[in-house]
Amino acid sequence: MPTLQALEDALVDLIRTAVVELPPDVVNRLQEAYDQEDDPVPRMQLHAILDNIALAKETNTPLCQDTGVPLFYVTRSQSLSLPLESTLKNAIERATERVPLRPNAVDPLSRHNPGTNTGPHMPHITYAVHDKPYTEITMMPKGAGSENMSVLRMLTPSQGVAGIKEAVLDAVVSAGGKPCPPTIVGVGIGGSADIATSLAKHALLRPLGTDNPDERLAALEGELTEALNETGIGPMGLGGKTTVLGVHAEMAACHTASHPVAINLQCWAARRATICLYDDGRIEYV
Amino acid sequence: MRELSIPIDKKVLYGLRAGDIVTLTGTIYTARDEAHLRVLEELEAGNDLPFDTKGAAIFHCGPIMRKYDDTWHLLAAGPTTSARMNSIEPDFIRATGASAIIGKGGMSQPTIDAMRDSGCIYLAMTGGAAVLAAKGVHAVRGVHWLDLGMPEAVWVLDAVHFGPLTVAIDTHGGSLYAAVEEETRRRLPSIRRSLGI
Repeated sequence: MPTLQALEDALVDLIRTAVVELPPDVVNRLQEAYDQEDDPVPRMQLHAILDNIALAKETNTPLCQDTGVPLFYVTRSQSLSLPLESTLKNAIERATERVPLRPNAVDPLSRHNPGTNTGPHMPHITYAVHDKPYTEITMMPKGAGSENMSVLRMLTPSQGVAGIKEAVLDAVVSAGGKPCPPTIVGVGIGGSADIATSLAKHALLRPLGTDNPDERLAALEGELTEALNETGIGPMGLGGKTTVLGVHAEMAACHTASHPVAINLQCWAARRATICLYDDGRIEYV
Repeated sequence: MRELSIPIDKKVLYGLRAGDIVTLTGTIYTARDEAHLRVLEELEAGNDLPFDTKGAAIFHCGPIMRKYDDTWHLLAAGPTTSARMNSIEPDFIRATGASAIIGKGGMSQPTIDAMRDSGCIYLAMTGGAAVLAAKGVHAVRGVHWLDLGMPEAVWVLDAVHFGPLTVAIDTHGGSLYAAVEEETRRRLPSIRRSLGI
């Protein structure tokens, strides 16, 4: 098990990496999108995006001024005994000062900003447990521009798969340029209202270009990606061939009388970073 | 890419068309929701503003700033969603005589109308490209109304080849967003057919 201080230092590093660098699958897909455009307006948008990614990395600066709210996905080893919650909170407060992060987390009633990016349920942690000898921690800094475009639809079962497609198409068209396209579209299908929305968010963590293990979902993702890129909304809503970088769908079994569908959009700055804490004390950056 | 200096020459301003790509050099003021409201309140009360807005370039932005050696430094400064200012921007443009609004995502018809009436353009900056934006700011000349908080204060930025920026709404009522929306609407029936919906 790592020491508490080593863990906190590693988490500050994880947060810095998450807001400064984009994962290679996202950068590669943005580069492909740039190569596909021939109109000067979308080409310039994608060129600025790619330039910005390189500059942020070079200068070790957050790539977007909206460093989001801190969301963590933790898959615990059975034997992890460190106080994860308090350490994550300390790490976020330190990172807010040092990276720095923009202080975004406010009290939802008074709108008071404590300046620390912490508060009730913030940082937010989603837990899972596995049998492996390590704990995996992924950070997703989620900005408001794209999060504000989220949709939950409690459809009726008779609306079927067509209803899912309609909901996704409508969400992306209504959002237009506001969520900073090209976006990744997370789709959560089934479960219940809360399960569908968390699946939609969780779907955003899957690297672009990896196949959905469920063949039916994989087909739906492919079909929707093609259709959404036909809308012509394009990078930043200024027109172009790439409106979405990909569609990622996840599903859960649901009540026979329910048909929930949730959509969560992720801006082009699809930030995520992961570390593994091994039971033997090693810390590895993924 | 056209290199414009602020204040933008009237003839140049009226010659710009939606779709043109430009950069800006000169003084830029940041202003979000709170600063817009205070500008209107001050003008309504008959007070002078602490900065000159006539022909100014206004940037919808809540930057990350850091103070060291007693000087403010800008770290990251991408545009924020302009649609939040939709309800106050028409009055703001008419009252201040600003000649350029920099933001992302576009603005609604009343703002487009005010821009046409007063001679103002909307410049779309790439959302999220905050480090690139900061590169076009060579110095932070000052700050007004810091009591509004770091993101909401009016920061006075010394911009050099700030951009690239796309003229998305011009002084003649032309809007790139409106054109894209219309094209999307035209394509929707065939997209629906291909999805079997």
